[in-house]
Amino acid sequence: MMDTHYNFAFLDERTKKHIRRALLKAVAVPGYQVPFGSREMPFAYGWGTGGVQITASIIGQSDVLKVIDQGSDDTTNAVNIRRFFARTTGVKTTEKTLEATLIQTRHRIPEQPLTEAQILVYQVPMPEPLFRLEPSRAEAIKMHALTDYGLMHVRLYEDIAQMGAISHAYDYPVMVNERYLMSPSPIPKFDNPKMHMNPALQLFGAGREKRLYAVPPYTAVRSLDFEDHPFEVQHWEHACALCGADQSYLDEMIVDDAGSRLFVCSDSDYCQERREAGHVGSQQAVTLRNVLASEPASAQPPNQEAA
Amino acid sequence: MTADVLLSARDAGKAFMHQGQPRWACRGVSFDLYPGEVLAVVGESGSGKSTLLRLLAARLACDQGSVHYDLRAESERDAAGLTDLAMLSEARLRWLARTDWGFVEQHARDGLRMAVSGGANVGERLMALGARHYGKLRGEALSWMQRVELDTGRIDDLPATYSGGMQQRLQIARNLVTHPRLVFMDEPTTGLDVSVQARLLDLLRELVDDLQLAAVVVTHDLAVARLLAQRMLVMKDGLVVEQGLTDRVLDDPQHPYTQLLVSSVLTP
Repeated sequence: MMDTHYNFAFLDERTKKHIRRALLKAVAVPGYQVPFGSREMPFAYGWGTGGVQITASIIGQSDVLKVIDQGSDDTTNAVNIRRFFARTTGVKTTEKTLEATLIQTRHRIPEQPLTEAQILVYQVPMPEPLFRLEPSRAEAIKMHALTDYGLMHVRLYEDIAQMGAISHAYDYPVMVNERYLMSPSPIPKFDNPKMHMNPALQLFGAGREKRLYAVPPYTAVRSLDFEDHPFEVQHWEHACALCGADQSYLDEMIVDDAGSRLFVCSDSDYCQERREAGHVGSQQAVTLRNVLASEPASAQPPNQEAA
Repeated sequence: MTADVLLSARDAGKAFMHQGQPRWACRGVSFDLYPGEVLAVVGESGSGKSTLLRLLAARLACDQGSVHYDLRAESERDAAGLTDLAMLSEARLRWLARTDWGFVEQHARDGLRMAVSGGANVGERLMALGARHYGKLRGEALSWMQRVELDTGRIDDLPATYSGGMQQRLQIARNLVTHPRLVFMDEPTTGLDVSVQARLLDLLRELVDDLQLAAVVVTHDLAVARLLAQRMLVMKDGLVVEQGLTDRVLDDPQHPYTQLLVSSVLTP
């Protein structure tokens, strides 16, 4: 039931209209960061105020809402936001990706492929991909205007030079529609390929930074790379211990003091669906070789030569 | 103007507003620079040398007169030939600044990216122009580091760990990697100790020779002008008081200020 002390979806109608207008601009110019009048929300910054404002602006009475945090539907952030919208809108909520029409997410894109009938809303902490590379905001805006993105490649070059590989595991920079450089929010780079030509509308909101941007359905999204160091997603040697999935993004959980790890799907709904469909994993934690525990002999300091 | 002039200033000037009144930092500067020629701009501190350099490099807009540059066409529809820099779009100017031009700052820190390694600094212009092959970028960085006599073992070190002279060499390599035709230098050797200065000058003279670079070098050091430049401008209070062949100006100064400048050098 909706709490009638609030306007539908908490925000007042003019604010929602203002945000929808900004969203229209964002959709018209894929990847471009549109400034908007971000409101105070009953959440702390960092808890998804940008995503919440977008969701509040576009949610309708017939929508079915799903909220994901780190791939899971039952973590604090997800539970709170879901409850917030259940209370202020009274719309139906779900944990099933297939049933949802509106999905607000933090850190993950669902494993289940999205459809044209769905909208994915991302919570973004830092919308500016050139942040930390170009200290001047004015210069960064100019670089976007001129598609002058060599600097991002300088950063990737530096990664390879220092680390031997591009070390960004999340928030991996992408080119949208071959025009704007975009930060995909802190999703793992594993999810980057899912943004490419996705049938669903993808909206991004950064409340503290007061920016929103969008990737319309069926838009090209390319992860930056070098010809001789192509973009790659993460791989695991293990399958999910619960459902046996070997194509999903896995969380690694340490389950005892001996360093045993349990690998399970990060997308809790996907894992659940698979288990209900009869897939079974090994149900076993795996023991990894502890690289810090070495043989006693090699732990001895080398003999010092007498002077 | 003949067809093969590379850079041409016509009555160029820049004024800064001071208490509502324009104050001319430099004005009425006219000269032609030909390909492969090195021009020194000398004068005391505050005489408008650096402002002139920034006008020439289109980092500042002229308040008077104009600066023309002999553009190479990037594509069919682009203007080519001697073109007024004020007519160019910002995108075209940026393209020009990182392909056909170099700008060596007085303080290497201003011209380098201090947060990334030496190799990345050399490769930045290439990456901005679309180079996307790590191995080739690295090869290019190594060969340029060798060329400016930097230890190639330091390629992955941050420029902050380099000495002042090494930073200046790195800055030069970073500018020359796209084979520019014209390099602007703002006091490239000031702030280095004498022996390092000498080696850097040697290197610059060699590079200018090898690459057939044209250069505009701002300096207050007459020895630098004597060593590098074929022609020189002498500036005082924002005006060019004398210009001509370097040896002529230094050996037979006409203007009283130039005479003073030449006679004030301890070891000419």
